[in-house]
Amino acid sequence: MAYSKTVNQSTMKTLTMKIRLYWQMTKSLQTGLLLSTGLAGYMSARCPVQTWQTLLALAGSLFLAISGSTVLNMVYDRDIDARMPRTQKRPLPMGQVRVVEAITLGVVLSAIGIGWAAILSPLYGLVVFTGLFFDVFIYTIWLKRRTPWSIVWGGIAGGMPALAGRVLGLGMIDWVGMMLAVAVLLWIPTHIMTFSLRYREDYAKAGVPTFPSAYGERITSIIIALSSIATAIAMAIAAYGIGITWGYMRLLIILSCGLLAIAIRSMLRPSFKMNFGLFKFASLYMLSSMLLVVLGVL
Amino acid sequence: MRRITPLDRIALLLTCLIAAYKVVAGVEGLPVLATWAYTAAFGVLIISGLLMIINGFDVLDSPLVVIIATIIPLGLSLGMVIENIPDWQLIYLAFVVVGFLAILLTRYLLPERAAAIALSLVHGLAGILIVGLPIAFVLRGAKPILYLFVSAGGALIGSGGILFALLKTGKPILSVEKFFALIPWILFLMSAAFVLGLGV
Repeated sequence: MAYSKTVNQSTMKTLTMKIRLYWQMTKSLQTGLLLSTGLAGYMSARCPVQTWQTLLALAGSLFLAISGSTVLNMVYDRDIDARMPRTQKRPLPMGQVRVVEAITLGVVLSAIGIGWAAILSPLYGLVVFTGLFFDVFIYTIWLKRRTPWSIVWGGIAGGMPALAGRVLGLGMIDWVGMMLAVAVLLWIPTHIMTFSLRYREDYAKAGVPTFPSAYGERITSIIIALSSIATAIAMAIAAYGIGITWGYMRLLIILSCGLLAIAIRSMLRPSFKMNFGLFKFASLYMLSSMLLVVLGVL
Repeated sequence: MRRITPLDRIALLLTCLIAAYKVVAGVEGLPVLATWAYTAAFGVLIISGLLMIINGFDVLDSPLVVIIATIIPLGLSLGMVIENIPDWQLIYLAFVVVGFLAILLTRYLLPERAAAIALSLVHGLAGILIVGLPIAFVLRGAKPILYLFVSAGGALIGSGGILFALLKTGKPILSVEKFFALIPWILFLMSAAFVLGLGV
């Protein structure tokens, strides 16, 4: 009896530890942010079938597909992760999760996510699959180690959840959905380039080409600022197209002005501190603007 | 500069949320220009609150703070003038534009003394309007008593501004620690007072 209890406790402990490691591999913060763009895209469509069941199914399928692609990326990048201090403590480089186990996890999560999405709506499933395809195959496997411009393709993948959500709500691809995806696409360079500025030596050690290594810090800072400005413009156009109420539009304009001001200042006087502040503000901006899109159509 | 604490961040977040609520809700039946004047004032509060949450109190070191912060009293007072004494709106709008430009230009082109004079004149007049107009209108019975919250908000931000200016010029009344412990709560109370008072 006591032996069986000990075995059960030990199994539970191992299971909990595994789940914790798997959770770590899904990059929950990044996945959560992308998921929020998908939910906002869906709710922006003011679809008559906006039931909580559909919303939960959207959240579940997107979460699984995004997490699956993130895990598969980590599998492919485990060698460069091991060379960079920022990432070397991840479960794969640390040997806490075996490669076969991680591949299985990534494939299962992706397959369930895409399958679920396709059952909900074939077009929605196709957009979710396109996002995963661009992220894993085009960005990570094909381009990431070849050219710093790979981030454009990573950006396209990042924009897919917003488009997918809108497609599920509307039943078709429209210009507003595309504009929401473009806003996320333009926000992604701010995110990735700030990291590549901060961890420039790490990326160089791992042999990953980045904008700072290819074009220098000043040009990178300017591109970060320009892409933030473009994000604000794209988001404002999308919000106008969605038809959010004037009160929320005013708030969005204020946040956009804030982002523009910080971006311009960072462009005129580039420094790491300014860039990191811009990166944090841009992330907050993306989350807030998606929230405003949702609240503005309720 | 004092490090920002989680409690400071909570106060600043509340400030941002209250100001955001006012921007979204607006004030019923106002002319467009008044709505945008209030929006600009609350907008500066939101952005500066978010920047302090993200980067800490270091943002207050920037020389731009003085210029940008001017939008708060100018926007609020302009909104109040348009709302309550519309005959004066064009003259006051001209004062707002000239005052803002004066603060901007004197800061970069003229000696410190000229910049200080421009700042005190513009802030002084805007401050008198924010504190004085509600008192006058409530005494005349033209506005409900709740409108006095705007005066209270004006008095709070005025005190905060004076404390900050004295700290910057090396003649502080409060120590750096005490000032930075107080400022997020002053901002919060001020926003709450403006939101309660405006639109009644």
